[in-house]
Amino acid sequence: MDRLQREKLKWKCRRGLLELDIVLERYLARHPDDHALNPLLDLPDNDLWDIVAGRSENYQPHLKDVVARLRAV
Amino acid sequence: MALSVRKFDAIVVGAGGSGMRAALELARANLKVAVLSKVFPTRSHTVAAQGGIAAPLANSTEDNWHWHMYDTVKGSDYLGDQDAIEYMCRRAIEVVVELEHMGMPFDRLESGKIYQRPFGGHTQDYGSPKMAMRSCAAADRTGHAMLHTLYQQNVRANTQFFVEWMALDLIRDPQDGAVIGVTALEMETGEVSILQAKATVFATGGSGRIFAASTNAFINTGDGLGMAARAGIPLEDMEFFQFHPTGIQGAGILITEGVRGEGGYLLNKNGERFMERYAPNAKDLASRDVVSRAMTTEIKEGRGCGPDADHLLLKLDHLGPEVINHRLPGIREIAIRFANADPVREPIPVVPTAHYQMGGIPTKYTGQVVVPEGATSESILPSFYAVGECACVSVHGANRLGTNSLLDLVVFGKAAGEQVIKDIRSLPSPQRNLPKDAGEASRARLARLDAASSGERVADVGNDLRRTMQAHCGIFRFPEDLARGIEKVKEIAARAQRLFIQDKSKVFNTARVEALELDNLVETAMATIVSAEARKESRGAQSRADFPERDDKNWMRHTLWYKEANRLAYKPVHLKPMTVEAFQPKARTY
Ligand SMILES: Cc1cc2nc3c(=O)[nH]c(=O)nc-3n(C[C@H](O)[C@H](O)[C@H](O)COP(=O)(O)OP(=O)(O)OC[C@H]3O[C@@H](n4cnc5c(N)ncnc54)[C@H](O)[C@@H]3O)c2cc1C
Repeated sequence: MDRLQREKLKWKCRRGLLELDIVLERYLARHPDDHALNPLLDLPDNDLWDIVAGRSENYQPHLKDVVARLRAV
Repeated sequence: MALSVRKFDAIVVGAGGSGMRAALELARANLKVAVLSKVFPTRSHTVAAQGGIAAPLANSTEDNWHWHMYDTVKGSDYLGDQDAIEYMCRRAIEVVVELEHMGMPFDRLESGKIYQRPFGGHTQDYGSPKMAMRSCAAADRTGHAMLHTLYQQNVRANTQFFVEWMALDLIRDPQDGAVIGVTALEMETGEVSILQAKATVFATGGSGRIFAASTNAFINTGDGLGMAARAGIPLEDMEFFQFHPTGIQGAGILITEGVRGEGGYLLNKNGERFMERYAPNAKDLASRDVVSRAMTTEIKEGRGCGPDADHLLLKLDHLGPEVINHRLPGIREIAIRFANADPVREPIPVVPTAHYQMGGIPTKYTGQVVVPEGATSESILPSFYAVGECACVSVHGANRLGTNSLLDLVVFGKAAGEQVIKDIRSLPSPQRNLPKDAGEASRARLARLDAASSGERVADVGNDLRRTMQAHCGIFRFPEDLARGIEKVKEIAARAQRLFIQDKSKVFNTARVEALELDNLVETAMATIVSAEARKESRGAQSRADFPERDDKNWMRHTLWYKEANRLAYKPVHLKPMTVEAFQPKARTY
C-alpha cells in the first residue's frame, strides 16, 4: 500500500465515537496497511461499533476475516 | 502566488448537529451554502450523544417551558443568560417537532406521540422532587439519528459539502473587523484556499481533547476556538468544563449514569463506599459535579486504587449478570475491551473525565458573535456567527444539564440561519474586498512546518499539554496548581511554535493536520486555565479549593479571555429574561 492510501485510511479512522477512535488506532498500529478495512469504515459509526462489539453480524460475508481481526484488537 | 478564492453566500464550518441545522435553514432559503468538515458529516461527534434531546412536550408528564427554563437557569448555577435560556426553552417544542417531521425516528408511546424519559436535573414545578419526563430519544442513538436526518435534508436542499477540508484561520476586514471568510486546507490536494462569504458560521464543536481523560472523540480539538482567538476575538467562560464522573480510566469512554441508576456504586482503595460520606442521601446518584469532586478528593487524599492510586472502582457485579446484560446493554463489552475488566466479576476502574465545554465564542441568541467595543460589552461583530458547543450563548452557564446540548444545537442552529438570511438580504453590497494579506497567517503557519528540519514532535507536545491540563486544571482546582499550570502551558505553547513533522508531502498529510490541530488545542487550553485561575469562587463546574463558595457579589459575571497577552475582561450576566420574571440566584441543592 502506498503512502497516500495509508494516509487516507488513517484519516477515515477518525470517528465520531471515541470507542472506534481507540479500537481503530490500536488496529492500525498492528496492521498499518490493511486496506480490507476500508469498506467497514464507510459504515455509520454506531453500526460499525455494534459489529466490533460483537452485537451485530450485519456486514458482507467477504469481510469476515477483517471483522475477526478488528474484534481481536 | 495568490491563493485561489471561492465565493459563497454563507460558509458553515462544521457538520455536526448545529452546523447542519444552520446550513439547512440557509440552503432552504436558496442561498449558496458551503459546509466544511474535517470528517464525513455523519462522523461528527454529535453521533455519540445517547441520552436524548430535551423538550417540554408534556407527552408523559405535565410539563412546560417555564419549568424547563427554571431547571436550566438553576443548573447553570445562575451564570446562564436568562434571555437566551428563555429563548431556547420556548423554541424547544418547535425544533423537536420539526426534526420529527423531517423523519427523525424518535421512540414513541402507544398513542404515537414521542416517548419521553426523565433525566438528571429536569424537574416538574420549579425544582420539586418530581422529575419531568422531558428527554426525547431515538433508542440509544439520538445523536446518530439527528445527524443522519439533518444530513439527508441538507443533501436534498443542495447544501454543498466540502468533506476533509480543514478551516485554518478567519479572514477579517481590517476596516471594521467584519469576518469575510476563512482559509482552508483541502486534505486531498494539500492546497490552501480562501473561502469567502457574506456570512461565516462556526459550528466546530468542543475541545475535550485538551484533557488527558476525555470522553470526546479525537476530532474535538477546539479548532473554532483557536481560529477565533488568533483573530483577536475573545473566548467566554472557558473555565467551565463539565466532567463526567465515570469515564474508563486510561481510555475515557463514558460509562452511563444508568449504571449507578441500576444500583452500581463507587469504592475507594479500602473498599469503602465513599459517596455515603459526601452525599448521605443521594450517594452515588448525586449530581455529576458532586460525585466528580468526591472522587477527586479521594484520589488527592491517597485513597485512590491501583499501583498509582489514581482511580476509583465502579462496582456492579452484585447486580448479577441478568441485570448487567439486559438492563445495561453494551456496558460489559465496553468494560472488557477498554478496562480489561468483566463487570460481572470485577469492578471497572473509573476517573472523572472531561466531557463538555460550557464556554466558547461569545454570541447572542441569534447566533451573532458579540464582543466588547468601546463602552458596550456586547457589540455585534458583523457577518460572524457561532453555534453549538463552540459557542457560548450562554444557556449552560457554569454547568450544562444533560440533553440540553442537543437542544442548543438545533434551536441556535436554526436561529443563526434565520439571522444570516436577514442580514444577507439587508446587505448593501454583495461581497467585500479581501484584504491584501488575506491568507498570509495560514500560509506562514504552514511554511514554518514545512521549513522545520528538526524540533518538537506533535504527539509529545500534545500529550504534555493534556497531562498538564489534567493535573493542574481538573475538576478540583488548587491555587498553586493553577499558577504552576499556567507557566507550564506557556512553556508548552512555546514548544508548539517549534513543531517538526517528518513527512513534508503536500497531498493528504495527516501529520500536518494534527500539527495544525495542536495550535488550536494550545489556544483552548490556555484560555481555560488562565480563566480558571482568575475566577476566585466555586460555581458549577469550577471548584476552587481556596474559594469553596459561590460569590454572586463579585463573580456573577462572564469571563472573556483574549489571546493577546492572556488578557481577561468581564461582562455582566443577562439576569433579565425576555418576557418572564427573572429567577433569583439561590443555593443550588438537589
Ligand atoms: C459521549 C457523549 C455523549 C453525549 N450525550 C449527549 C446527550 O445525550 N444529549 C445532549 O444533549 N448532549 C450530549 N452530549 C453533548 C453533545 O453531543 C455535543 O455537545 C454536541 O453533539 C456538539 O455538537 P456540535 O454541532 O457543536 O459539534 P460536533 O458534532 O462536534 O461537530 C463539529 C463539526 O465541526 C467540524 N470541524 C471541527 N473543526 C473543523 C475545522 N477546523 N475545519 C472544518 N471542520 C471542522 C467537524 O468535522 C464536525 O463536523 C454528549 C457528548 C458526549 C461526548
